[in-house]
Amino acid sequence: MKKNNKLSRTSRQEQLWAYIMVAPTIIGLIVLNLWPFVQTVYTSFCEHLGFGHYQFVGLENYIKMFQNPEFWRATWNTILFCILTVPVGLFLSLLVAVMLNAKIKFKGGFRTIFFLPMVCAPAAVTMVWRWIFNGEYGILNQVLGTKIGWITDPNVVMVSCAIVAIWSNIGYDAILLLAGLQNIPKSLYEANSIDGAGKVRQFFTITLPMVSPTLFVVMIMRLMASVKVYDLIYMMVEETNPAVTNVQSLMYLFYRSSFVAGDRGYGSAIVIWTVLLIGMVTIIQFVGQKKWVNYDV
Amino acid sequence: MKKHTMGSSKTKLTVLTYAALIAGAVIMIFPFVWMLLTSSKTVDESMAIPPTILPNQIMGDNFVDAVKSLPFLNLYINTALMIFFRVICAVAFSSMAGYAFAQLEFKGKKLLFGIVLVQMSLPSQIFIIPQYQMVAKMGLANTVFALVFPGIVSAFGVFFLRQTYMGIPKEIGEAAYLDGCNQWQTFTKIMFPLTGTSVAALTIFTAVFAFGDLMWPLVVNSDLNMMTLSSGLATLRGQFSTNFPVLMAGSLLAMLPMVVLYLIFQKQFIEGIATTGGK
Repeated sequence: MKKNNKLSRTSRQEQLWAYIMVAPTIIGLIVLNLWPFVQTVYTSFCEHLGFGHYQFVGLENYIKMFQNPEFWRATWNTILFCILTVPVGLFLSLLVAVMLNAKIKFKGGFRTIFFLPMVCAPAAVTMVWRWIFNGEYGILNQVLGTKIGWITDPNVVMVSCAIVAIWSNIGYDAILLLAGLQNIPKSLYEANSIDGAGKVRQFFTITLPMVSPTLFVVMIMRLMASVKVYDLIYMMVEETNPAVTNVQSLMYLFYRSSFVAGDRGYGSAIVIWTVLLIGMVTIIQFVGQKKWVNYDV
Repeated sequence: MKKHTMGSSKTKLTVLTYAALIAGAVIMIFPFVWMLLTSSKTVDESMAIPPTILPNQIMGDNFVDAVKSLPFLNLYINTALMIFFRVICAVAFSSMAGYAFAQLEFKGKKLLFGIVLVQMSLPSQIFIIPQYQMVAKMGLANTVFALVFPGIVSAFGVFFLRQTYMGIPKEIGEAAYLDGCNQWQTFTKIMFPLTGTSVAALTIFTAVFAFGDLMWPLVVNSDLNMMTLSSGLATLRGQFSTNFPVLMAGSLLAMLPMVVLYLIFQKQFIEGIATTGGK
């Protein structure tokens, strides 16, 4: 009886402490995220009259958005950016991870180098890529003996951005995949080598299935990040560049609409659309994973 | 004989691995080397055809020009303060909440943790317009506070540290309670010190992403003196659109502090980012 009393007193005290400890986070999330989220949804149905005043206009922003070729182009650019960067990036990252997982020397050194772009601000690394890609004096054209406008040619600019994106993320993704590779039990390989399987076959029969859950997580993460791409494209292709419509992503268009043109209702509609797009991509991934991700072992 | 062929194919694979890794490393490192070389060239040298690989002199003029056009000292201070406060907030609030969510029982726990998960699954841009309006309404645009603002709480930090605290047996907390500690003392004296590795990982994660963040600083601080290194560079890009040696010098100055930290704490950086990975 006495013990029960004490317990309930402790648990009441425990609850009180728990509320105190989650309070800053919960209050912060409500003020900084939950309420702004509601506001953005509402704003997407409003016209911004200036100085933070809004008027409800129903679906007008969405109608304007769906009728605007620039918006559809930005949606396509975003999807194209994902298609160009995610599969190639993942393949190269996995390749690097597998090589770093082999018995080699200077493992740490290679890891450090591949990871380096991760700690450099995108604003800084894209600057040097602009220079390398420069159509007139850039080192790339001079080495290749070409005259390609890597950043100015509307047909090429997306590929240039994709190259920089892959280069930037390869180390990060490889480190995550490497962690997945290191979790594969060595005994699996030993049992297999007795059967005389070649290294390449071993990769497809053991490594790939075993690492597929990690690969899936990295792919989801990379896809989400790619749908939201902004900084890299913004730094590579400035607004005054005529090729900008050929590479402008949804978040770039969001930035320009909301903060350069000041049309916050329209901007909000674009960001809501992007969230829906992310949702769709995620659902497709989770349905598709059953076909290739191996959770058996 | 058979053993010999097997051995040689293995050597071939090793050689191939080294060749591929070295080629990859060269591609990864080249832009940085090119940045460094260009930052010492004159404009004429940088535009020479065929290209000059090495600059004729080691020269600081471009760095002087970069510092003249951008208030680098301010940018360093703003960036450092932004990172400092974001890290302190993320670590303090996320540790508290992570501990409570993992180790304590209270009503509404699932609902409150749901808020954390919702924030994590939404892109940060969905909050930006209202966040900006709040800062503007408070009259705090163009301040360090504005830079820190969206990072005062970190849903990801809560999620990540909750996982860490779930790995600590509850018996430890109960033992501390029997010794007369209340929940707060158990947390500060016993539990928090056990989470050093995770706190370090969260610190690095928060710092690296705050350092690279571009859209928020561009939106909220338009005054050149209140910019971060990232948003400052974006302005420099417009100013010197063709003077690449100055742009390279500016970029080098901007990324230097983080690169130096990275080279000193390589292991912590890579492990920290790897354990927080998936976000």
